[in-house]
Amino acid sequence: MEEIVKIDNLSFCYPDGQQALTNVCLAVRQGETVALIGPNGAGKSTLLLHLNGILRSNGVVKIFGRPIDDKSLRWVRSQVGLVFQNPDDQLFSPTVFDDVAFGLINMGYSEAEVREAVTRALDWVGMAGYEPRSPHHLSVGEKKRIAIATVLSMSPEILVIDEPTSNLDPGSKWSLIGLLKRLPMTKIVASHDLELVRALCPRAIIFDHGQVIADGATSQILTNISLLAAHGLAKMNR
Amino acid sequence: MVKHSFIDQYSDRDSFIHKLDPRTKFVTTLLFILVVVLTPPNQWPAFALYLIIIAILILLSTVPIRYILKRSLVIMPFVVMIAIFIPFFKEGEVAGSYNIWLWQVSVTYSGLQVLINIVIKAWLSILSLIMLTSTTKLPHLLNGLEQLRMPRVMAMILSFMYRYLFVLVDEVMRMKQARDSRNFGGKRLWQIRTIGNMIGTLFIRSYERGERVYAAMVARGFDGQSRTLDRLNFRPADAYFGVGLSLILILVSVASLLY
Repeated sequence: MEEIVKIDNLSFCYPDGQQALTNVCLAVRQGETVALIGPNGAGKSTLLLHLNGILRSNGVVKIFGRPIDDKSLRWVRSQVGLVFQNPDDQLFSPTVFDDVAFGLINMGYSEAEVREAVTRALDWVGMAGYEPRSPHHLSVGEKKRIAIATVLSMSPEILVIDEPTSNLDPGSKWSLIGLLKRLPMTKIVASHDLELVRALCPRAIIFDHGQVIADGATSQILTNISLLAAHGLAKMNR
Repeated sequence: MVKHSFIDQYSDRDSFIHKLDPRTKFVTTLLFILVVVLTPPNQWPAFALYLIIIAILILLSTVPIRYILKRSLVIMPFVVMIAIFIPFFKEGEVAGSYNIWLWQVSVTYSGLQVLINIVIKAWLSILSLIMLTSTTKLPHLLNGLEQLRMPRVMAMILSFMYRYLFVLVDEVMRMKQARDSRNFGGKRLWQIRTIGNMIGTLFIRSYERGERVYAAMVARGFDGQSRTLDRLNFRPADAYFGVGLSLILILVSVASLLY
């Protein structure tokens, strides 16, 4: 199958000198659902920001074999939908409709197309009819779903989600996992919620100190307790 | 989560006024304020008519009168605070003079008239603005302003304000709870320092949030250009209302000049 995301030797250093990523190499094939697991501060979110060119540095990130540069940026952002961890950051418009339509309008779709895509995306996440609502009147679970709709509306090939289940009660969490399972596109999910990883992702990557530590089948990685414990993902055995 | 909706409370009702195009409402509100402000101070019948017009509009809008009066009273102290000194400085026939400690101050009739006039005009204007905001959803109002050629940047600033005001209020409340649950008290200086730190923290958090929101915008193809869909439509009712109310206002102001 085609390699949809390819990262070659990516390193990144924040302006304050903190080394966030070191020689990251990674490939994701079309249709895969990959979990990126690691402790707090491992650099997961920084890596995700490289996937649609919000951060760019020395290494080459390729989407469908095409490197991310100034020329391909617009195209990349229509292909890679990035959902941020905090829905209050993702949803910045006065109404749900405006938020879900934001990306489409930026991409220059006609009004009829925008309306159709917004309805479809909200239907997909089970939030039909929420268009005129104001995001600050919604529950966290509803906000998370709508945050996903804001990128689904752009029909991306790759869905990149940062901590989809944080701050959710178990009921909302499992219904969100069900929703993510139904989405057909390639998915990269950063999380340290191992229940989510087990239920959703056949492949898992352990990420710590800005590096790929392990990459393999979720069933193997999540049973390697000593490896998990060494990277803050399981209880320490003393 | 605290729920607040005090900015455009009652804006989801369904009355004749609510259904008007936001641009119609904005322009007529502006015209109303202009006419009220330009009416000469001694034209009491005109002011009475303005009040009647506003009262009729409030009744039509089904927004509770108590709510509108209460909100207008919140703003009035600011007007009074600015205007209260006028009677002391305006020259003219003296209505009364008082000795306050070392100074002798006197109040003049014409000064008092100006004061009352300012208060009445301000109150009428505030009533009309409250009518505007409580019968129009803020997103629609912003959309309308944009189509009236308000710079897009201003519309975006206002819409972010509307969106994040409550997020920030929630954050402040959580910080307050965290502070109070640790037995906030002690010396006044210590209290002030704590409050200063909280304001600083809030500022930094808002700044960082701004960066994250911007990243979320860029991730969806934002390139500094902002675009919107036109979603408003001007109906015949808008034309009737706009033209009708404008005519009445102009008539009242002209008649008051003749009076």
